[in-house]
Amino acid sequence: MKKNPITYPYILWMVIFTVVPLALILVYSVFTMDSSGIGFTLQHIKRVFEPLYLVVLLRSIRLAVVSTVICLVLGYPVAMILAERHLSKKSILIVLFVIPMWMNFLARTYAWMTLLEKNGLINTALGAIGLPAINILYTDNAVILGMVYNFLPFMVLPIYSVLRKIDSAVIEAAEDLGATPVTTFRRVIFPLSLPGVMSGITMVFMPAVTTFVISRLLGGGQYTLIGNLIEQQFLTTRDWGFGSSLSFILMIFILLTMGIMSRYEKDNEGGGLW
Amino acid sequence: MVIKLLKRMYTLFIFFFLYAPILILVIFSFNNSKSRAHWDGFTFKWYAELFHDQQIMTSLYYTLLIAIIASVVATVIGTAAAIGIHNMRGIQKTFTMNITYLPVLNPDIVTGISLMLLFIFLNIPTGFITMLLAHITFNLPFVILSVLPKLKQLNNQIFDAALDLGASPLTAYKKVILPQIMPGVVTGFLLAFTMSIDDFVISFFTTGSGVSNLAITIYSMARRGINPKINALLTLMFVSILLLLILINNRMSREDERKEKLT
Repeated sequence: MKKNPITYPYILWMVIFTVVPLALILVYSVFTMDSSGIGFTLQHIKRVFEPLYLVVLLRSIRLAVVSTVICLVLGYPVAMILAERHLSKKSILIVLFVIPMWMNFLARTYAWMTLLEKNGLINTALGAIGLPAINILYTDNAVILGMVYNFLPFMVLPIYSVLRKIDSAVIEAAEDLGATPVTTFRRVIFPLSLPGVMSGITMVFMPAVTTFVISRLLGGGQYTLIGNLIEQQFLTTRDWGFGSSLSFILMIFILLTMGIMSRYEKDNEGGGLW
Repeated sequence: MVIKLLKRMYTLFIFFFLYAPILILVIFSFNNSKSRAHWDGFTFKWYAELFHDQQIMTSLYYTLLIAIIASVVATVIGTAAAIGIHNMRGIQKTFTMNITYLPVLNPDIVTGISLMLLFIFLNIPTGFITMLLAHITFNLPFVILSVLPKLKQLNNQIFDAALDLGASPLTAYKKVILPQIMPGVVTGFLLAFTMSIDDFVISFFTTGSGVSNLAITIYSMARRGINPKINALLTLMFVSILLLLILINNRMSREDERKEKLT
């Protein structure tokens, strides 16, 4: 069974629809095509690193990092609660946790607009109990909220699945040897859950950096993250060279981040790009 | 005791956070006025009007049609490919696995734009076909990644035994291998189907000429205000998913109990 002809349609498909398109991005970002023919240029790539656009890239990274940290802090306890062995109705809790992911995420994000509006439900509720109103719609905070809301399950589920696999004998052993619950967590549970934490971080960070929908809806029309900038280049400005360069740099950045993170994931069997 | 109470409260808080927007969608699907902020009496009219709304019904039709075709095609090509990949060794396997991981790791927006450039480059008019091709492309890796672990668990000798007993390789695959990897195939199919139904970014960049799925329709509505009919549709979808999952869950836990009793 040296030859595997049943794989050929797949490989052909992936070459046409994944490898070639990605190559096209590179082509569009370093070649200019005009009446005088095809020329090589680095101007688009250089433009990405101009302060004006660098600010956008840095803002995207900052918001994604903040969202990832919040997801981790909020999500780790959730994963622990879900993974508890003796929890009754555990499976129903997990089902309930996963269901929101099955609802269209645009509609859910849109619903947040209703909640966060100046005269929206949250402010009405706050007003009713005599608290000052919060106006976070169309700010950084609203975008972060949207990211945390949409990507929290991506943090919880990998941590949950790792926590569930931890042999309870290990934890009992730690307790028998006199470890306090805090020490058990710090020295045993947390280190064992690191692979889950790492994949959770990547699974939240990546879509958070590249989103353009959450920032468009909750950040308002003027709000720009790297995703919005790319969308603009292709659909409004029609500057494909610059748009491709942005996509190319973004892709390299993401793949490098994933490459670094995947070194920490243990049971990654010959997968990943590295 | 205190810790238990804290855990309860925290779980409640998280679930409230997750469900608050969904609750809003459900409540406002019964709102008498079009406003998304003010309550104006109870009505069922959006549910009735929903089925006569051409735009929503068309995008629902495209969403389902593309999801079904894309996940079936991806499951067939992907399962075959997974069997092939399982038998591969060395550099060939590394190469194939890398192009499998590439679309999974790549940001959606980059995948969407690269496909858009491809279709423009090849002069394929964007529309139904291009969106379908894009969906098959991003579904394929998920099928492969669900089937491969099942293949790893297989005992290779069973296949050899089938051959020794005179089965042709094709029969052996069909009668011996396929039934054993079926759970992985089904998982892959379901995963592909859900990814397809929920996709916005890649569809957004690869569609054209008036063909839009539900996500695109909702996005284009979001700026002028979402029609309550969409809320009604989402409420219906939510209730059916909820019922379906609870049903599956009940059946599975009953099976678990049965297994526990047997052992």
